[in-house]
Amino acid sequence: MRAMTYRGPYKVRVEDKADPGIEHPNDAIVRVERAAICGSDLHLYHGMIPDTRIGHTFGHEFIGRIEQVGSSVQNLSVGDRVMVPFNIACGTCFFCARGLLSNCHNVNANATAVGGIYGYSHTAGGYDGGQAELVRVPFADVGPRVIPEWMDDEDALLLTDAFSTGYFGAQLGDIVEGDTVVVFGAGPVGLAAARSSWLMGAGRVIVVDQIDARLEKARSFAFAETLDYREHRDIVVELKRQTDWLGADVVIDAVGAEADGHFLQHLTGAKLKLQAGSPVALNWAIDSVRKGGTVSVMGAYGPLFSAVKFGDAMNKGLTIHTNQAPVARQWPRLFEHIREGRISPRELITHRIPLEHIAEGYHMVSAKIDGLVKAVILPPTA
Amino acid sequence: MAYTADKPTPPPSAEELRARIPGWGADLDPADRPAFPKEQSLDLNAHWDFPDEQPEPPGGRERSIEHGRLTPVFGTAQPLHGVSGAIRRYAYDRFSEARAAHWLLLIAGDRVDAGGAHLRSLFSRHPDNPITETGVLAERRWSPIGDRLGRADVRHQWIDPFLIAGPWILGAAGVVVVARRLLRRR
Ligand SMILES: [Zn+2]
Ligand SMILES: [Zn+2]
Repeated sequence: MRAMTYRGPYKVRVEDKADPGIEHPNDAIVRVERAAICGSDLHLYHGMIPDTRIGHTFGHEFIGRIEQVGSSVQNLSVGDRVMVPFNIACGTCFFCARGLLSNCHNVNANATAVGGIYGYSHTAGGYDGGQAELVRVPFADVGPRVIPEWMDDEDALLLTDAFSTGYFGAQLGDIVEGDTVVVFGAGPVGLAAARSSWLMGAGRVIVVDQIDARLEKARSFAFAETLDYREHRDIVVELKRQTDWLGADVVIDAVGAEADGHFLQHLTGAKLKLQAGSPVALNWAIDSVRKGGTVSVMGAYGPLFSAVKFGDAMNKGLTIHTNQAPVARQWPRLFEHIREGRISPRELITHRIPLEHIAEGYHMVSAKIDGLVKAVILPPTA
Repeated sequence: MAYTADKPTPPPSAEELRARIPGWGADLDPADRPAFPKEQSLDLNAHWDFPDEQPEPPGGRERSIEHGRLTPVFGTAQPLHGVSGAIRRYAYDRFSEARAAHWLLLIAGDRVDAGGAHLRSLFSRHPDNPITETGVLAERRWSPIGDRLGRADVRHQWIDPFLIAGPWILGAAGVVVVARRLLRRR
């Protein structure tokens, strides 16, 4: 099959690779019809996530058709069209039993702090991802779900991570009616979080970023006020000023480790890999939320330590809520929202790129050129 | 002002927001938010108490020593091999996830893996190609000097050429050294 493979920091290519096979009775093989590049794939692409091996195929957002099933698969058959949540989960371990699907203990031998994620290095279990023609899907009876007839394929694709994660990020904020919500990062996840904050009753939503096209999307897609942090000497002071010197009730960090930060942070994080990336967005969140407020973190950080301003968080009495989104748990409610016309996740898509051109796709996502917000990957057989 | 008890600027009314924003307040009740309460059981269609076990591959499977056992399911995408494999195996066997050494060794393994793969590629039918594999051709539609602002990679553009060209220069130097040795031996 054709598959994107990692060749080292900032280098990927498409090559022929052995087809994946059934390795466990509850595995399925999925023929990918649509995949996407996620902002968090950049951490891998930039070589920041430990144990990313040469030849690894990225991609944890994909939909496709069941090509083959293992002997114990009961709920899916060959030919079914499925959406696959990015978290691999067994369904019965201590954590799955409590709905913590992103924290499954039975799928990642390489680490206990991270669950299993498709195409997300050996730190996340060593599973190849969906930026390919075929992909191995473990626990086929638990994670994947048949795409409803009425649902648009690209809405389904966006629910496998980006939109579900943004929606989850808004939930982690514990928003109550009338809250002022600030979202750092106007990538697909931040935009989804901003949009979802309204569903939960926000009274005001402000999105902070530095890319014009994304700020425009924050206004048109997420109905948010916007701030370009390059235009303010100190974004924290500006946010305080705009919130009657209180600070926001809820701040959502939808940036994660890719925040460029100042030069030293960039050097120790992105370049020397001594930090799990720059903590600049997280520190802005801690600084700009009000005392007693809530910080929601679903921006992705690596396993290495970051210089986080924990003293301020403690002194301000903050609640910090974190996790990778338990995606499948979000679906029933999100299906309703889409069906009722309250949201349309596919509006985030700006680019559709053939798999063979994925290296250019990664460069564009990394540099955020051409107004790119969300890039969908089209495998040759789709 | 924050210096008195009331929230100074009241938020817009629910009616106003409902009129302006599709779906406003649909999840006002926390019970409608799927992550509430945080820990709740779900029917996940799992028809096992403990899953079948995926057979352990011949050379064994590296695992975090914070795990009491090998997980019943694991990825087999890129098994350990060579020098990078030895570094990674040491990181897994010796250090828990709590230790910086664990992660720094894994990062070192990554760099060795990438360097080795790059060198091997030079002797293959499919050598690494710094033009196609970095995707810089996507820049064709942008002017090289203008359009630099308003993108996210401005701050690290200076170092990118070193990251891309570095392995090539090292690789070429390696080839020269080896060739010299071979010539001298004659
Ligand atoms: Zn993602
Ligand atoms: Zn589990």
